[in-house]
Amino acid sequence: MTVETDKIVLRVAEVMIEELKLEDVTADTFDPEVDLVDEVGIDSMDLATVALVLQDEYGIRIDEDDYPKLTTVRRIADYIQNKLNE
Amino acid sequence: MKTVSSLLDEDWYARYKKISKLNIRSSIYDVTNRCNLRCRGCFFFSSGEHKVAKEENDIRKWETFIDKEMERGVNLAILIGGEPTLCPDRVEAFYKRLPTFCASNGLIKLPRDRFPDLMVGISLWGNGEDEKILRGKDTFAVSSKNYEGDKHTYYLYTITPRQIGQTGKIIRKIRDAGLKVHFQLLSNDEGVDGFFWKEEELRDIRSEMDDMLDKYPDTVISSKYYHEIICTGKMLDRPFGWQECPSVTEPLDSRNPKPKRLIHFIRWASDLKTMHRCCTSETRDCSTCKDGAAHMSWVMVNKRAHMRSAKDLQNWIEIYEMFAKLYQFIPW
Repeated sequence: MTVETDKIVLRVAEVMIEELKLEDVTADTFDPEVDLVDEVGIDSMDLATVALVLQDEYGIRIDEDDYPKLTTVRRIADYIQNKLNE
Repeated sequence: MKTVSSLLDEDWYARYKKISKLNIRSSIYDVTNRCNLRCRGCFFFSSGEHKVAKEENDIRKWETFIDKEMERGVNLAILIGGEPTLCPDRVEAFYKRLPTFCASNGLIKLPRDRFPDLMVGISLWGNGEDEKILRGKDTFAVSSKNYEGDKHTYYLYTITPRQIGQTGKIIRKIRDAGLKVHFQLLSNDEGVDGFFWKEEELRDIRSEMDDMLDKYPDTVISSKYYHEIICTGKMLDRPFGWQECPSVTEPLDSRNPKPKRLIHFIRWASDLKTMHRCCTSETRDCSTCKDGAAHMSWVMVNKRAHMRSAKDLQNWIEIYEMFAKLYQFIPW
């Protein structure tokens, strides 16, 4: 379970870097605990962009009402993991 | 990776955190097709938008419609028209449900016992002389009496090229009436002679607006970056226009590629079925559009683009704060 979640963390970071064109960071160096809104500066439109890719990739639905909970890469990965376990 | 806190000092970071999670999602509603003025340059009438839909008169249908808009994620209703104060029941239907802003010419006062903290933006098109040319009467004399000292009202001062060098007098009158003011520039949709902007005039008025903000910081709700954007039509070297504007009605958005950074915006006609193309007139040339709210929204949806330097991010914060104040998401 932990290994799987760690893989998801890396993939979420990769998608975020690719889709949002984040510079000076790699999936390995992306701190999964960093606050995406308060520190990375992403907003709900960014999150929607990332969510679309992750939904397709993992075959899950990320509800827009859940966006406020998805404040870090780790939380997004946990959310995906929980959906996959449902 | 650049982070917000690495770009900002403690004070700016605290300001950022106050607005960073607001996620304002506005849409615009034509409350009525009727108005008690007929202004030259009002896009609603000049482009025939007052004729495209038959007004819905059943207040229950308005209420159901508003509930559906909230389910769609709208958290700010911007009421325009026509003149919304002609239909207070419709205004109230919005006001009772969600944060609401009411644009008005100020000739009819919304009763404060019924709408105690509804934000009202009163349109003003210059001094008495310009108002008589463009609107048929000097509305300030009436509106400033109606709303004198009102804490939930400000003037939306549409500056014309003829106002260069004159704005200070008007701002002092607004200050003396105990009100605040926000600027925008006339787009001159009806091509009234003498009201087109020339490049040098835009430079002059930008400088004048900056000066007014410095001189009357308690009265003027604005930011120098906003002045730069509306006067140059550029943000971070990108020109404003159809391809960039976020205030396009999403279901009618035919742009290809469609911008990713959209906010589910819709501008509804008063039949609650018809949609208008964008926040302003379909006949307006987007490359010269001066709409203030559209330009503010354009900046607001481009936060990360402003993370290239501390100054850029501070500019973004000031514009977001200005918008949030104008629509009462944060105090003045």
